[in-house]
Amino acid sequence: MSAVYIARNKEVAARKLGGEMMIMSGRDSTLFSLNQTATAIWQAADGVTPLAEIVTGKLCAEFDVDPAVALRDAEELVAGLEQHGILKVSNVPIVDAQ
Amino acid sequence: MTQLIREMSNTAQRLGIPLGVQLDLTYRCNERCVHCYLDHDDHGEMSTAEIKGLLDQMAEAGVFFLTISGGEILMRRDFFEIAQHARSLMFCLKLKTNAVMIHEAEADRIKALAPESVQISVYSHRPEVHDAISKLPGSLRRSLAGARLLVERGVKVIFANVLMRNNFQDYTGVQKLAAELGAQYTVDPTITPMMDGDRSILNLGIGQAELQQVFRDSSLLGTSPEEFCDLPKGPLAEADAMETLPCSAGHTFCYVSPYGEVYPCVQFPLPTGNLRSTKFLDIWKHSPQMNEVRSITVNDLPVCSTCSHSSGTCSRCPGLAYMEGNMRGPSSQDCEKSYTRTGVVTAGMMAHSKAKPADGLVQIHLASNENVVNFR
Repeated sequence: MSAVYIARNKEVAARKLGGEMMIMSGRDSTLFSLNQTATAIWQAADGVTPLAEIVTGKLCAEFDVDPAVALRDAEELVAGLEQHGILKVSNVPIVDAQ
Repeated sequence: MTQLIREMSNTAQRLGIPLGVQLDLTYRCNERCVHCYLDHDDHGEMSTAEIKGLLDQMAEAGVFFLTISGGEILMRRDFFEIAQHARSLMFCLKLKTNAVMIHEAEADRIKALAPESVQISVYSHRPEVHDAISKLPGSLRRSLAGARLLVERGVKVIFANVLMRNNFQDYTGVQKLAAELGAQYTVDPTITPMMDGDRSILNLGIGQAELQQVFRDSSLLGTSPEEFCDLPKGPLAEADAMETLPCSAGHTFCYVSPYGEVYPCVQFPLPTGNLRSTKFLDIWKHSPQMNEVRSITVNDLPVCSTCSHSSGTCSRCPGLAYMEGNMRGPSSQDCEKSYTRTGVVTAGMMAHSKAKPADGLVQIHLASNENVVNFR
């Protein structure tokens, strides 16, 4: 299976507020509140680190979760965030993400 | 307001975070609107570096909603450099402009900023009326051309229509124009006194009959006129009054002038500190003036806490009250609005009539209660 790379969409508004990441979609101004796991993924979404590496390096290190379950959950979450225009997802590194 | 934004606002309030800031980049403008409260001379605007440094501080402080306004924002040659820096800091960016200077290139660059919205001042659908207010010949045509370019690029455009005596009859025309162009529409019947305290421009404001028409036009209210103009529910209970805050000014919102002065709100000119000598967060957290503003609950308003409108039919602006001389006092403009909205006299109007029993006043007894109101 090819690697999945994720990058924060530059068109969103985002700020951490009281431990919660608040994100407003640039597409339709919908406001989202990310939980701790989603926040960790969002913050690690640099476009060049594969999602699997983010899961093992960040999520599994920070939260006590099974790597396979965590990766499956992360893939679902990433798909949802992509749908709302919050994350960009690609099979190759997203070089202009920074 | 959505539930999530309400929760966000409550969290910011609890944690003392300035959730929203309006930053005026300049007071310079290419229009000379008859109702404008600003002095358009440049008295030493912040430099590009100062503003970018401020944006860094604001992002660090937790500011989420950033409104960039003026004056006319495009009068600053560094506008796009500043706005791009704001975008890179991931603010929810709202822009206010007259759009006169927006051509293809500017529209492309604004689109790239991904603003939440761009608010454009439109006073009438008729050039002769709009241009007479802006005092810039051809300004309506140019503003609409700019608006079109933004809409074509998928930018959310909002037409802001300040209502005055000389354009009141045109607001339905502006509404229609906004709908045709694919823009949203917002209306504002409030004229703000000049920053130097001169209140003469308030004479441009609409009268009670016009305001009554606005308050009964469901297309402007977002609710039914019956609900909006329902009788006030009486003064807030003391426990609620101690908890209820007058508005977000100084609590989750503040205003920064082009000269680095920080105020609780754009309409609340109480100086609280200057960014050229003090860090943004230090002013926000430690300014005695800012702390005084945020210490005030409805219970601390000697007149308004007794008012039957305090339970919801009055949206008292503490800044307008401050400009009348007392930030804990009533705002006569808001009292008039509440009265027009419901037909019930406010405590502020009663206090005013007692304080100034004047010659030449007409006393009107209202059937709905025992109150008496005086009109000049």
